Amino acid sequence: MSIKGKAYIVGAYEHPTRKADTLSVARLHADVAKGALEDAGLSKDDIDGYFCAGDVPGLGTASMVEYLGLKVRHMDSTESGGSAPMLHVAHAAQAIAMGKCDVALITLAGRPRAALASLALKPPDFDTPDLQFELPYAPATQNLYAMVAKRHMYEFGTTSEQLAWIKVAASHHAQHNPNAMLRQVVSVEDVINSPMVSDPLHRLDCCVISDGGGALIIARPEIARSLKRPKIRIIGAGEAPKNSMAGKVDLTYSAARYSGAAAFAEAGLTPADIDYASIYDSFTITLLVQLEDLGFCAKGQGGRFVADGKLISGIGKLPVNTDGGGLCNNHPANRGGMTKIIEAMRQLRGEAHPKVQVANCHLALASGIGGALASRHVAGTVILERE
Amino acid sequence: MTTSNRKISAPRPHPETEHFWQAASDGLLLLKKCEACGQVHHYPRAICPYCLSDRTQWIEASGKGQVYSYSTMGKEDAAYTLAFVTLDEGVTMLTNLVDCDPKELSIGASVKVVFKPSEGGPAVPMFTLAHLASTVPEPAG
Repeated sequence: MSIKGKAYIVGAYEHPTRKADTLSVARLHADVAKGALEDAGLSKDDIDGYFCAGDVPGLGTASMVEYLGLKVRHMDSTESGGSAPMLHVAHAAQAIAMGKCDVALITLAGRPRAALASLALKPPDFDTPDLQFELPYAPATQNLYAMVAKRHMYEFGTTSEQLAWIKVAASHHAQHNPNAMLRQVVSVEDVINSPMVSDPLHRLDCCVISDGGGALIIARPEIARSLKRPKIRIIGAGEAPKNSMAGKVDLTYSAARYSGAAAFAEAGLTPADIDYASIYDSFTITLLVQLEDLGFCAKGQGGRFVADGKLISGIGKLPVNTDGGGLCNNHPANRGGMTKIIEAMRQLRGEAHPKVQVANCHLALASGIGGALASRHVAGTVILERE
Repeated sequence: MTTSNRKISAPRPHPETEHFWQAASDGLLLLKKCEACGQVHHYPRAICPYCLSDRTQWIEASGKGQVYSYSTMGKEDAAYTLAFVTLDEGVTMLTNLVDCDPKELSIGASVKVVFKPSEGGPAVPMFTLAHLASTVPEPAG
């Protein structure tokens, strides 16, 4: 049994704000839910399934279902950090295929910038078995990704200049996005001359901290066909964990190796078929490792694959993150998955900015990493097709 | 110089890990080995992550290993180095590299365990470059 073609993404909306001084987290979730419903041409009462992750206030789905006044018969609060929206799209398609709901709403929102929150999401849970063996060493998000970059450089000869090209491409795209947080085009030199945050990652290797969010509406094929928007089918998905493997640590690959393979197998496609890719870029290295693991290039060749503008729409072979990605556009709630799927929707609908729109975009992939790349994370990959 | 100026937050042992932290305070680095399947694992569990046997035993590690990867973060006195160190026993552990200049570090460098006091808790195993560690000379031959 497969989800291929069993459900469609019929609505997508990204909140325009990047600093939500006067908007609560619940309000942000409501704003994006409303925006996605309007985009789809559906109303609140059409929703009978709700999906969210740990960025919602309250217990799982409970508080937001109440705030939004939803009447649902299916709920899922699968939490995998920044990749959760990819898992939610897949799980919504599964639920729809099983007849558990007809129209699913997925929301993601947060205001870490306005709240001046650190990257630590919540107080530590001291029952977590790994915590006592990690917290004394002060792992932060930055150094847990930097160690992957350091090892990648050691194993494969990847350079800081190659990583910098990922940021350069993001900035080329972001200049055309009026809502992007950073719209100035930067050079390789700008990146490698920016302050070192955690060796070898510089400040411009890191994504922005921004407020806002996004939402998606997933629906049964019959409902999708009754709507006026372009028909975007979910044709493949995969999810996979990776961790320190009881001490057999290997930082050269991510769980996207498995989530990507599963998604391509379900879709019956290969990376060469993909017209556009949204790939989570919490740091430049996050995107580079996923490109390899998803099979867009051989392991170790990511540096060459991204160099010299090869990710820039209209220039490179594989346009990636044409909204400016997390590196330049938006990283709401410290989670990059939702905005990745939304830009893939824009590309498939032909509604990306004309300067970055991929011609004849029929097949798109969105992939993300939630958690910490070096210690433990969950990858999610979805493949979408314009009918 | 990456020093141990940083205040080290105290690990909070679980019942199944109290022995590990007591040993660390006594200057020993312990690992868990499964009597059923023979695998060594880290971080230590009561239940083997390879075969789910509860017959896991503490073994004493040599305290020697090599740097697998590392990253220095922060400026001047606040700088510290997070690392993965692969022990001679074959498991790789998250740790800090201390008491050495980050510029002298490299992947593959030989390191040796040292124990640093935490804030109100047990000592914490960290690593320093082996040639800098004060060690008992190896027997000749």
